[in-house]
Amino acid sequence: MTEQISQVMDADDIRRALTRIAHEIIEKNRGAEKLGIVGVWRKGAPLAERLAKIISQIEGVRVPVGVLDISLYRDDYMTRQPKVGKTDIPFEVTGRTIVLVEEVIYTGRTVRSAMDALMDMGRPAAIQLAVLVDRGHRELPIRPDYVGKNLPTSRKEKVDVQLAEMQGEDRVFIVKKKDT
Amino acid sequence: MGLKRKDILGLQEMSPDEIETILETALSFKEILTRKVKKVPTLRGRSIITLFFEPSTRTRTSFEMAGKIMSADVSSIAMANSSVVKGECLKDTILTLQAMKPDLFIVRHQASGAPHFIAGMVKESVINAGDGMHEHPSQGLLDMLTIIEKKGRLDGLTVAIVGDILHSRVARSNMWGLTKMGAKVRFVGPETLIPSEAKNLPVEVYTNVEEGIKGADVVNVLRIQRERMTGGLLPSTREYSRLFGITKERLKLAKDNAIFMHPGPMNRGVEIMPDVADSDISMVTEQVTNGVAVRMAMLYHLLGGTEDAVVA
Repeated sequence: MTEQISQVMDADDIRRALTRIAHEIIEKNRGAEKLGIVGVWRKGAPLAERLAKIISQIEGVRVPVGVLDISLYRDDYMTRQPKVGKTDIPFEVTGRTIVLVEEVIYTGRTVRSAMDALMDMGRPAAIQLAVLVDRGHRELPIRPDYVGKNLPTSRKEKVDVQLAEMQGEDRVFIVKKKDT
Repeated sequence: MGLKRKDILGLQEMSPDEIETILETALSFKEILTRKVKKVPTLRGRSIITLFFEPSTRTRTSFEMAGKIMSADVSSIAMANSSVVKGECLKDTILTLQAMKPDLFIVRHQASGAPHFIAGMVKESVINAGDGMHEHPSQGLLDMLTIIEKKGRLDGLTVAIVGDILHSRVARSNMWGLTKMGAKVRFVGPETLIPSEAKNLPVEVYTNVEEGIKGADVVNVLRIQRERMTGGLLPSTREYSRLFGITKERLKLAKDNAIFMHPGPMNRGVEIMPDVADSDISMVTEQVTNGVAVRMAMLYHLLGGTEDAVVA
């Protein structure tokens, strides 16, 4: 079995997508007041930081950033034991519009977990969802508000988002296992 | 990733990797204790029975809280109110409870090896909450977590355990855990309270408290159990206190940034002076908080799934 890897986004594509998403967030919320950006551990976290930075450059407002680990809220926790990551939301969730940030949305179960986790921390005024890549195949009625790129994929494929903060370079790959 | 064991009965048989896994998880769970809603759904639907044959408020409450925060159902059995009083033996007690389909037993018993006996009998998981003088793994783990938080590491540190080592399961668990993680352990106490087999254990033995805590990074003080006095092991608490009591003066012999720990409950004025117990270097309340986090981690790793993964 070999892997076929094709790159679908490069660093510039990612930068432009994030800039556009930042503008869309400001537009939809008519400014950046009362927002909070929460990245889903792990890759959501650096993306959340970047969005906050772009927003502060555009609107001059510092939006607070948090990181959320959802491994304790997963719906497959009974059969899997993922490594528990860091949760740090250094601001009051209640009353704020929280923008959740994920690098890829697939079945939607991770977002469901993230919403449950957020609700345990307070009562947000609203929750919005920003994703870098939407690869389809939703299993729950969940949809993102902001999408970097729509990438139709098959279930046999995997979307690999690499970020400068973690893997050294900004790139998005589709990885397909092929039978030789 | 994840512990591949059914039970946690002692630190002696655990590997450094397993210990590190539990401590890392415990550290990340501490954050949950700071939330307004201290509840995560991870162990929802799992049931835990705690069996304390010896009295305990700390350990038992700590395990109960840990289970409840993780959304498990916890039933605590107070042995004095149970059929054990009518003469029911341990085996029948366990078989009876097992038939109610719990997922995990947490057991404290006055006989060393009782949790092991239970673990061999049942397919459910068993956690040793203290057996005789043998081990108290959750205390060992929470002590290590406390040290890591303050000192950043365990490797290369010198930890002095002071007091009634002979009768202490806390001392033994600490010794196994700390030495596995690369720390140096000293047993410090009067000769009558140091086990003779200590010479075969990976510890340095000191019968003089000043030498024992000199240069130590951590001073972990054990309670002097007053009942020992009648066995002729100690002439009086006063003498123990004068010769081995941890005072501010004596602590100056330890490293400048040394920390003081005690599993509790403390006999203020006997093994530990109040001004030390209430000082900035006392980690006693931190230990208690870490105890809940460590126990949550133990439950998570034992109950959090052993079957094949289902891809979400």
